[in-house]
Amino acid sequence: MTSITAKKTRISDNILLALIGICTFFSAALIVVIIVYVFSKGIPFFKFKDLISPQSALTNPNGLLGNIINTLYIILGTLLLACPIGIGGAIYLNEYAKNKKFVEAVSFATEVLSGIPSIIFGLFGMIFFGELLGFKYSILTGCFTLTLLILPIIIRSTQTALASVPESYREAARGLGATKWYMIHTVILPSCLPGILTGVILAMGRIIAESAALLFTAGSAYLMPRDFFSHFLESGGTLTIQLYIAMTNAQYGQAFVIGMILIILIFLMNALAKWITKHFDVNTKE
Amino acid sequence: MKYSIVGSNKTTTREEKAAAYIFIACAALSIIAVVSITAYMIISGTPAIFKVGLVDILFSTTWQPTAGKFGILYIILTSIIGTLFAVLLAVPIGLLTAVALSELVNEKLKKVLKSAIEMLAGIPSVVYGLLGILIINPAMYALEKSIYAGNPHHQMTGGANLIAAILVLVIMILPTLVNVSETALETVPQHLRLSSLALGATKIQTIFKVVIPAAKNGIFSAIVLGVGRAIGEAMAILLVAGNAVKAPWPFNSVRFLTTAIVSEMGYSQGLHRQVLFTIGLVLFVFIMVINIILSRILKKGEEDD
Repeated sequence: MTSITAKKTRISDNILLALIGICTFFSAALIVVIIVYVFSKGIPFFKFKDLISPQSALTNPNGLLGNIINTLYIILGTLLLACPIGIGGAIYLNEYAKNKKFVEAVSFATEVLSGIPSIIFGLFGMIFFGELLGFKYSILTGCFTLTLLILPIIIRSTQTALASVPESYREAARGLGATKWYMIHTVILPSCLPGILTGVILAMGRIIAESAALLFTAGSAYLMPRDFFSHFLESGGTLTIQLYIAMTNAQYGQAFVIGMILIILIFLMNALAKWITKHFDVNTKE
Repeated sequence: MKYSIVGSNKTTTREEKAAAYIFIACAALSIIAVVSITAYMIISGTPAIFKVGLVDILFSTTWQPTAGKFGILYIILTSIIGTLFAVLLAVPIGLLTAVALSELVNEKLKKVLKSAIEMLAGIPSVVYGLLGILIINPAMYALEKSIYAGNPHHQMTGGANLIAAILVLVIMILPTLVNVSETALETVPQHLRLSSLALGATKIQTIFKVVIPAAKNGIFSAIVLGVGRAIGEAMAILLVAGNAVKAPWPFNSVRFLTTAIVSEMGYSQGLHRQVLFTIGLVLFVFIMVINIILSRILKKGEEDD
């Protein structure tokens, strides 16, 4: 940086540097403003009672338990569907596939899938799973729809994790006579589990934040489950959907409380994903 | 052990074969999903085009579902103009932030900034919508009142207008722009920076004359991804934009392709509902075009390397 002769300051450099500073400050300050605003508006309305009682006109019109349970149902159902499919697909692409055209086609499809907006997934889910397959407005329809939505996240993170497993592991396993699937489930998957897990947690964050794809698939009911399994076939609105409803009804107190819960959940997901990468990723430690 | 040295026994081969078939099915599902989404968008989006007429849907500006008028030109234009301006505003901010992250700040500050951007990306779109109607709309209303005070031709919108929606979109696509451009800047080989500095260029000159041009493919794909996110966003701008079908002037309440679907799908029936699927199809066509452009850029990037 320092020249032999006296340092010449360029005005254009300083202007650009100032612009960079302003933009960076703006980008980083946004999240601070958002968090402070949501919490300052949400805390006065926050009652612990709302978290443990369902919405009911008689006892507690602001109860959120039904929506919290629906959110958990959607997360559980979607992950149960998307994880095996996504991880399986990634295993095929990285470990089995020999046909380059097929791999390219799958990669392009995954790319396209991750670019489709959630409202389109919502429309597709509504007419395909809801109407054609007859699941109507139900948590299950929502799970099917979100499975398509998070599939690219799971496939991509699993592929990255698989690619980070050293080739020597595979050579050693094959050298010892292990068959392909035996090698995959005993050597490769355990060694890249943290990477896969990070992807799954990020996908969970995406599910928690999703609204447009759920509005016309899972619906907006807030009732408590009567039975563990049959609740999957009932309509159920998640926290984000309840936030949307509260917002359209101008119940901003409840909206901010839900916003606060969502921000905390997203923060926890991000922190957990980071913690896993930091502490468990054998491959990054080497 | 059931595994013998000479050849594999029957159960193992069966398990091996089953695993291979299951995995190929999983991989094929992405393709099946894209094909069926495309098919269903076309199947459910085209009937209304034949019933109403292509020209009457795409190039008419009158949207009166109860009177059987389904012109969506204003809705299309709103989506295009809204996206265009959101991207124009967000690109400089995002790119300069990415420059700071990849070229200027130290590791510690970078970690903090990256977590902030990550959180921004994770905030649910409904929360952005909530903040939009409670922070941006009142501010826009104040501006509107001061500009149009005493103007009888202007219908007050309470601040729910195109500018407000654009501002929300800017914030929402910022993380995408920052992250993808930063990755692009970081892949620029170090020797390019060093040669430029050795020739006597300042750090800022190096960044703007060497590093950014070298990363232009990646930055371009960041922009295209940003366009895709902006045009597809629904819940955040639904209430912020005011949701009236009007020409996309800055202080008009407007309706986007996405918000048109969300706001009326709940109660629409018959032809009205089919037209909403046509709007979905129009949005889908935009997204597919964007995707194809993106994959072209990525392919070109690979060839350049």
